[in-house]
Amino acid sequence: MSDSAPSPAPAPFPAAGNISDADREELRRHGILMTSLEELYNWGRSNSIWPLQFGLACCAIEMIAAATARFDIARFGAEIFRPSPRQADLMIVSGTVTKKMAPLVVRLWNQMPEPKYCIAMGACAISGGPFKQGYNVLKGIDRFIPVDIYIPGCPPRPEALLNGLIQLQQKIKGEKLSGPDAARHTRPEEPSEFPIPAYGAHDLEPTKNPAVWSPPTPPPSA
Amino acid sequence: METVEQIRERLLARFPAAHVTLVTNPGAAAEHSLLLDAAHAHDLALFLRDDPAQRLDYCSNATGVDWPDKEITDVVKTTVPDPAGGPPKIVEQKTTHVQPGCLEVVYHLYSMALKHGPVIIRLRTANRSDQVALPSLTPVWRSCDFQEREIFDLYGIVFERHPDLRRLLMWDEFKDHPMRKDYVEPDDYEWEPTAHGAVLERAKAHLPPPPTPPAKEAKP
Repeated sequence: MSDSAPSPAPAPFPAAGNISDADREELRRHGILMTSLEELYNWGRSNSIWPLQFGLACCAIEMIAAATARFDIARFGAEIFRPSPRQADLMIVSGTVTKKMAPLVVRLWNQMPEPKYCIAMGACAISGGPFKQGYNVLKGIDRFIPVDIYIPGCPPRPEALLNGLIQLQQKIKGEKLSGPDAARHTRPEEPSEFPIPAYGAHDLEPTKNPAVWSPPTPPPSA
Repeated sequence: METVEQIRERLLARFPAAHVTLVTNPGAAAEHSLLLDAAHAHDLALFLRDDPAQRLDYCSNATGVDWPDKEITDVVKTTVPDPAGGPPKIVEQKTTHVQPGCLEVVYHLYSMALKHGPVIIRLRTANRSDQVALPSLTPVWRSCDFQEREIFDLYGIVFERHPDLRRLLMWDEFKDHPMRKDYVEPDDYEWEPTAHGAVLERAKAHLPPPPTPPAKEAKP
């Protein structure tokens, strides 16, 4: 090929792995389905997220409403609320986490098998909400376990919970199973269980897990 | 329904050894109450429940009150005649004394049978530190069970003869009583992006020290 006469090079035949979405759509229209194992695996997982059946406060009422016929969380394959953490994929922390309850929530999280995901539903589960700095309320469940999706609201409407669920589905669909940016549950060095805080004389001990959470820092100008 | 004064006289007629004090409420509601002495409280409560004229068979509410030690300043005004013959001076003499604090339980009683109420009774401990025991009224009104447990949890009043006196809201290892006035909360304030004034002030003690500004380069 000479430099003086550039000719449009024919596009290489798309090999598996770098095929574009438009090409795949074109192939699909001709009755050819191309996918990868990773995609199929994530597709199946993201459409059968089984939540753990437990509620902590008024947000749980909205979670129950999301499971009923009007909002119908079954549209997203997440209607099977499991009564055992061993069978659950998703922990919806729905409501105020009191300091007395926090070790039990962490224990439930530890008992869930990987891959597992956590949704902090409502202001209390995110930060303590209106009860922050109360003597008996934990200032957010993300101080002890990693949270994937935060749903603000007091309480969030069922639509907000469904939106959070859709966000989680998209997160699962985008997860890689190998490579440097592989999903958390595929990396053996990432912890699956987290230390359970103990009941202290004045507060939980420790009050947070520094490996999971660190307090926000003020901006440099402050 | 009898007035609180009549109930008090009825109680004293039945139990001459008991001490029943009328605690008046100066507010508009004027819901006066009866302060019972702890030694006779159980018998008095039983009488209030079973007396045919009262039949106070339902305790709707039990709550705790913390009365900390209170310093009271008494001002005594004396008129001193001026020896020079002028108008007499008024000299104020201030003395302070400490009114000892106590812990108090308030019960609101109703009669489902006779449809009247509330009759409010109070019990007070001797002090706030070591003599904090009071007789439990759970054997009289079963509805006091959890409420007395909550008072025990949050105020530290020990209810004797309570069937199941454990902490209700806090865990067993917890040492404090959070509803007392002198409760010191854990100082775990942090910087927040949207803190309001009080939280911001408390959080300042926990902020990292500001970075030292870089030294200005001397201009040649």
